[in-house]
Parts: sequence; structure tokens; C-alpha cells
Amino acid sequence: MHDEPVIAASGLTVVRGKITALRDLAFQLGAGKLIGLIGPSGSGKTTLMRAIVGTQQITRGEIKVLGLPAGSKQLRARIGYVTQSPAVYQDLTARQNLWYFASILGLPKSEADAALKAVDLSAGAKQLVGTMSGGQRARVSLAVALLGKPDLLVLDEPTVGLDPVLRKRLWELFAELAAQGRTLLISSHVMDEAEQCPELLMLRDGKLLMHGTKKELFERTGTRTVHDAFLKLAEGEQ
Amino acid sequence: MSPRRTFATSARVLQQLGHDHRTLGLLFVVPVVLLGLLAWILSDMPGVFDMIGAALLGIFPFVVMFLTTSIATLRERSSGTLERLLAMPMGKLDIILGYALSFGLLAVIQAVVASTVAVRLYGLDIAGPEWLLVVLAVANALLGTTLGLFASAFARTEFQALQFMPAFIFPQFLLCGLLVPVDRLPSVLEAIANVLPLTYAVDAMQLISRQTAVSGELVTDLVIVLAFAVAAVVLGAATLRRRTR
Repeated sequence: MHDEPVIAASGLTVVRGKITALRDLAFQLGAGKLIGLIGPSGSGKTTLMRAIVGTQQITRGEIKVLGLPAGSKQLRARIGYVTQSPAVYQDLTARQNLWYFASILGLPKSEADAALKAVDLSAGAKQLVGTMSGGQRARVSLAVALLGKPDLLVLDEPTVGLDPVLRKRLWELFAELAAQGRTLLISSHVMDEAEQCPELLMLRDGKLLMHGTKKELFERTGTRTVHDAFLKLAEGEQ
Repeated sequence: MSPRRTFATSARVLQQLGHDHRTLGLLFVVPVVLLGLLAWILSDMPGVFDMIGAALLGIFPFVVMFLTTSIATLRERSSGTLERLLAMPMGKLDIILGYALSFGLLAVIQAVVASTVAVRLYGLDIAGPEWLLVVLAVANALLGTTLGLFASAFARTEFQALQFMPAFIFPQFLLCGLLVPVDRLPSVLEAIANVLPLTYAVDAMQLISRQTAVSGELVTDLVIVLAFAVAAVVLGAATLRRRTR
């Protein structure tokens, strides 16, 4: 059943005002993969993620998620989306946040508590999110996205500004989720982070620089780091 | 739309306020203090407080809920929680009704506290039944909640949302019949006053203070206020977009 791509884009173009945020993107992503969406800030990563979860209107082209047009009603329970700034209620505790979103998804409280545990926040469950550190807030937001075991997780810069130890643990969690058959699309503007992803999508100025496995990338560019590979590809464009 | 999601949302809004004791305190204490101040100001003018006091009991929940809702929804929009909810299997009406329910409940408490103190302590003399004051206060609160939700769609920042208070509320306050009876306004202003919801809310409150029985006029006023609230819910739902350009 995993032959069908989880995300399939063709001719995907998004124009916002006078800016063309995404230009004619075409790619297919398979299930059970950990895919890094890499590009400098302003390259269109967030716009692409919003197009995938269906909150961004598409100007031209097509994007299908799990075989359905992005934004379809049936997809809403199957995608977990974490925005760059933590979209959780500051004036609730971590647990109250999780319980609320769980009840919206029709899940028992035990699932909410399990999600908190997965992001290592069980101890701080009763703390108000507004009094938490940036990293803790980001993890509450991530826990919400884990609710209901969605098939696709779209995470916008989930590890930025986190303590390296914690960051390592989160990448382990992501790899574990991918091993369970879920697809994770994780954006980052930090090239080093991309080293954690076996598969990469590289964006620059709204254009797809490259899509492939990390191995393919290194072979094609003759480099040994994602950073150098990106530079090489970007130079080739100009 | 589902009752589970609506109730979960209103429970969540109440939980948020539960962590904010100061707002809760202000919500219930400010109307009482203001009514007391008014009663004191008018203490040498017999009968005037009875007329204005009842009308103010209707205006407080309207104004307070308008402000609270417009700020609360604006925060939902800017923090990204609204986008997150709309990306989930969540009905737009669940969000609006969830807010309306919890603020409606607060309005009941506010109205009971304010009218009880006004009648028992400040000697507000109303001809009609006290429970009717509460019913109308709740209707006005719902109107404020739904209009606030609608208005918040046009604000990008908290500053702008705050400016909607003078922009949306003050004209209605000036024209509602409290300062000058509506039928004595210049004809153009009278026509405008007749299409503004607060006019009917204040008219209803003044009817209660004068009449012992529930008149057809009063019921009409109440229906009109609720119709405005329903219209604002529909318009408010239309402003909650799942997709943006």
C-alpha cells in the first residue's frame, strides 16, 4: 500500500501578492521517510508546508496528500502540523492544552498524556505554557501534532534554539516515528540539522534546487556536507 | 459541528480565564463599582438612576464581552492556534459557539451579581421582574461576543482591536436612546439608530424598568437583539478562513 506517494506535487506555484513564493515545484515523497526540507529563510519552506497541510491557497499546479487534494476534509485528522511559533495556549497548562486538542480529535486523555511523555514533558505537565522556556513550548506544540498518530507530520523548524542534548533526543524520536511507517517532513534553515535526514528537499527562492537521498546529493555534487552541497547547487543555478 | 467540540472549546476558554483571576475579578467587580458610582452621582435626582441604571445593566455585558472576545479571538489568530484548530477536524461554528457559551455563562454571573447589588444595595427600582434583567443582559452579552468575534477579523493587532471599541461601540452608545430618546433625534440619526442593535437592547432594559408585565414590544426588542447576534455569528464564521492567499 506504500507504493502511493504520501505527497505528490506537480507544477505547484504559489503567488502571494507580488511575490512568487513557490515556483513550479514537482516532487513525490514516499511513506515512512524522514525528509528534510532545507533552505535559507525566505526560500518558501513555510509556504510549501502550509500548501501541504491545506492552509495555503495554491495559485497553479497541484498538490496531493495521501492521494487526496491538499486541504481535503478527510485529511484533517491524518496530518500533524507544527508551525514555527508554538501554536498552543499560553494561559493553559501543558496538559490542559493537550487535553483540549485531544478532545477536538475525539481522543482519550491517556493519549494526550502519552504525547506529553513522548516529548519528555511529563514532569512539566502542570506548568502554564506561558511560563515555560521557548524549547519547552515548542515541545508542547510538537506533542499536540503527535496526537492521534497522524500518517504525516509536517514540522516547521521544530528544533531551532533547543539544547543540543534535547535536539538529539528529538531527532531520535523523529527517526523512531519514521520507522513506524509515518512520514515526517521537517524544515530547517540550519544545514547541519539536515544531516539527520536520509532524504532531502532543497529550496531556494521558491525553486526546488534538488530532491533525493543524502547519498545521491553528495555523489552528484562531490561534497561531503549538506552545507557544501547546497552552496554548489546554488552556484550552479546562477 | 459537534456538541463535543463546542463544549470542549467553551471549557477551554473558561480554563484560560480560570488562570486569569484578575480578569475574572474585573469582569464582576467593575460593573458593580460603576453602578454604585452612578447611583451616588444621581443620589439627589430622584428617579433618574432607575432609568439609566437599568439601561447600563444591559450595556455593561455588551461592551465587556465585545472587548474580551475581540481580543481573545485576535490572540487565537495571531498565536496560530486558530490555524491549528482549522487544520483539525473542527467546525467553525464549534469555535464561535464555544466562545459564545462560555462568555454567555460569565454574562449570567455578571448580570446576576450586578443586578442584585443594584436592586438590593443601590435601591434600583424596576417595575418588571428581576430575572428578565438577567435574560436581557445575557442576550446583550451574546450580542457583544458575536460582534466582537466578527470585528476581530478586521484587526491585525491588539491596538487596532482596542480602537474598534470607540469605532463600533461609541456611536451605538450615543445613539441608543440613553442620552436623547431615539424619537427625539434628528430624523437621519433616528433612522441610523433604528438599525443599530444596542438601540433595541437599551429600549428593552428601559421597558423592564417601567412595565410590570412582559409586553409584545419587549419581546420584539429581545428577538431583534438575538437576530443581530445570529447574523454576527454567520458573518463571524465567514471570517474564519481555513485557507489564506
